[in-house]
Amino acid sequence: MPDLSTNTGGIQSPNPFWLASAPPANSGRQIQRAFEAGWGGAVWKTLGVPIQNVSSRFAGHTIRGVQAAGFTNIELITDRPLETNLREIAETKRLFPKNPIIVSLMVETEAEWREIIKKSIDAGADGLELNFGCPHGMCERGMGSAVGQEPAVNERITGWAVKYSTVPVLVKLTPNVGNIVPHGLAARRGGAHGVSLINTIKSIIGVDIDRFIPLPRVGNLSTNGGYCGSAVKPIALHMVAALAREKEFGLPISGIGGISNWRDAVEFILLGSSTVQVATEVMLRGYNIVEDMKDGLHEYMRTHGFDRIDQMVGKAIPAYSDWGHLDMNYETVAKIDADKCIGCQLCVAACHDGAHQCIHPQQDTRVPHVDEAECVGCNLCQIVCPVPNCITMTPVDNGHSPASWNEFLHEGKTLRPKKGAH
Amino acid sequence: MNSHLPANRAETAFEDFKLPLLRDAAMVEANRCLFCSDAPCITACPTHIDIPQFIRKISTDNVHGSAKTIFESNILGMSCARVCPVEVLCVGACVYNEMEQPPIAIGKLQRYATDVAFAEGWKFFEAGKDTGKRVALIGAGPASLAAAHELRRLGHACTIFERKDTIGGLNASGVAPYKMKAERALAEAEWVLSIGGIDVRTGVNVGEQVSLASLEKDFDAVFVGAGLGADSSLGIPGEDLVGVQGAVAWIERMKLGKIDLSKVRHAVVIGGGNTAVDASRELRGLGVPSVIMLYRGAQDGMSGYAHEWSAAFSKGATAEWKAVATALTGTGHVQGVQCVRVDDNKKPIPGTEFALEADLVLMAIGQSKLGHMLDSLTGIRVERGRIMVDEHGYTGRPRWYAGGDCTNAGKEVVNAVAEGKIAAHAIDAAIMGITGIMGSKPASTGGKSHA
Repeated sequence: MPDLSTNTGGIQSPNPFWLASAPPANSGRQIQRAFEAGWGGAVWKTLGVPIQNVSSRFAGHTIRGVQAAGFTNIELITDRPLETNLREIAETKRLFPKNPIIVSLMVETEAEWREIIKKSIDAGADGLELNFGCPHGMCERGMGSAVGQEPAVNERITGWAVKYSTVPVLVKLTPNVGNIVPHGLAARRGGAHGVSLINTIKSIIGVDIDRFIPLPRVGNLSTNGGYCGSAVKPIALHMVAALAREKEFGLPISGIGGISNWRDAVEFILLGSSTVQVATEVMLRGYNIVEDMKDGLHEYMRTHGFDRIDQMVGKAIPAYSDWGHLDMNYETVAKIDADKCIGCQLCVAACHDGAHQCIHPQQDTRVPHVDEAECVGCNLCQIVCPVPNCITMTPVDNGHSPASWNEFLHEGKTLRPKKGAH
Repeated sequence: MNSHLPANRAETAFEDFKLPLLRDAAMVEANRCLFCSDAPCITACPTHIDIPQFIRKISTDNVHGSAKTIFESNILGMSCARVCPVEVLCVGACVYNEMEQPPIAIGKLQRYATDVAFAEGWKFFEAGKDTGKRVALIGAGPASLAAAHELRRLGHACTIFERKDTIGGLNASGVAPYKMKAERALAEAEWVLSIGGIDVRTGVNVGEQVSLASLEKDFDAVFVGAGLGADSSLGIPGEDLVGVQGAVAWIERMKLGKIDLSKVRHAVVIGGGNTAVDASRELRGLGVPSVIMLYRGAQDGMSGYAHEWSAAFSKGATAEWKAVATALTGTGHVQGVQCVRVDDNKKPIPGTEFALEADLVLMAIGQSKLGHMLDSLTGIRVERGRIMVDEHGYTGRPRWYAGGDCTNAGKEVVNAVAEGKIAAHAIDAAIMGITGIMGSKPASTGGKSHA
């Protein structure tokens, strides 16, 4: 019976699924309903000096008919009175003592940090998350991503928080940087117990092409928002993995970014996250999605022989390497199963127009022919094929022993002849 | 019990009329589901399966979780996926109907998830800790199977008494074969029983081999899921002729054995319910050239589902509406049906007599009710053969509960499952001494499960 419980930087949780600091974690009643639905923990929507929001605040990016495959928001931190939030934190802790509440914070001066940290911990916070990530609005006031983009400032404020906190401190990192690693290391130097990433990506989600105004539209103006939702998952996975593989880093990670289901969560865990945070999918479908997340993860663990989450964390990191270490002599070619092929020839079009022109129609059958001598093994045909397991990328024994680009450069190893490069 | 059916049974001539969804098609369809809040499809399902949740699980390829969600609410979820009239239940309630878009194919998605579960041999449930209590169940149809399974999850020992040699009730012997064949119903029944601790005694007539008094003495509670009795007859001349049969009995022979229709040219099915409609479509499917359904009411007044009649009609069955049979004619073997048209009050209209050729006549005007088997038990109210129960399946006589066709006079498999499950919780509350309720609140039929 797999155990879903987790520990992120000293924060214990009955399962790895947390609400991210966002509209679904805005109030006590919401978070209580989320815990009732099965969420493990919640990161309370960022406390600070209450702000005022605009309307509208959200917009979705539709991809091939899929609504809100990407999502944006221009909402700021909490707009509710601090005392209300604190009272509801205490009430929620009383009702759900086993579910961790991590309070997200964003203020400016050291004195403000000291005060809000004390109040949060007095209210019952199990952990703190420093919001150094918000890429819209707050950064114009010198907070959010304005902090996260400056390692020295990040380190200094993290240091304050750790000094004044008696509970674990997570630093929430912004993806709006060229390389995430220095920012993770800055949090580490500041004494953080863990990091959470990614926050949203600075973006313009679209344009109202009739009014000539970017989206979301606030009257006759718009502003850049924070991009999130399923579409940002690959970016988030990379940043999580970049920190997880960094030898100097070594802090626990709470993964965030486009996690919509148990499968996404497994991927984040395998790349180094010990908990995952979700907001957009909850905003689109509600708290009940967690049931599938939990039992999908449970079933995955059962069928893959994992008893505990920590056995999975970072399991795919050893296989994440630099391009220079990839085996240049590993060769695959596409094989089409003629019995399964339905003759749609999507692979012909894809290979001819989008790849290396090695899949050809034949005279007497709709099943295309793969010219294996020309096939570069790119996978495009397999990606477009609508029939499961019809096209298989099959390894070829070409007689060449493994050799990476680095080994070719520095050790003189032999590379196989290029294919499709004439 | 007999789970070995003969090969080449008459029903094996039929193909499934709805094709299964392959994985990719299931995922595309599942991704169309809006995951409605307080979804109307859940309300429309008598067993309140959490339909959006099981569909979402298909969309993420969590088929194991999906099947568990289904079976948690409806242990006969595999056959219900095939036999439920989804058009008037969950699919009929889908919000896509409101925007004039095709509703989600909920039945097909449920079939996809449950078929994978059976193919993979997944088991989801275990018997509860032994309570030492024993419950007798009369009949081995859907109501009793659902009740027994739920009672086992609660830890009570179960004994099912079935008068026939085959278990599964009408789910095995009555479902139209183009929806589901008997072996699948039997396989599902065996799967339900595999929870263990359910003793099934077939070929036992309660009231004959086993007395009601002995049940009351030997068990802590009794659930009556006896179903319905023999086909009713009209009481007109000629019903004893060879070639005149009850429709339910004929369908059972067609499903579980072999029948010879080679000499049948003209079949007349008397009735206007779903049994009449099914029999008409089955006769056409088995090659009878002329099949006429004779119904005393108008087409829009028939109790058979419109979509089922439309399918039967498209297969070549025809109907005589607002007409009744007055006599069956023939010497030894039936040869014809004497009919007369009736007015809106079902009164014969003089001068409208006509005759139909017939070498097979099926009576599909209902089945006898079995409630009178309980007449000797005070406290149980039986009205026109129906056992009267409250919303928990309680009969009014302490420790006696009932559900399924013997109480609802003949509804769907899914209704029987729901009633059996609700009664199981009421029985549990009663025999475990939980006070204040006749039956406990059937919380687990609410479609929620927390892993």
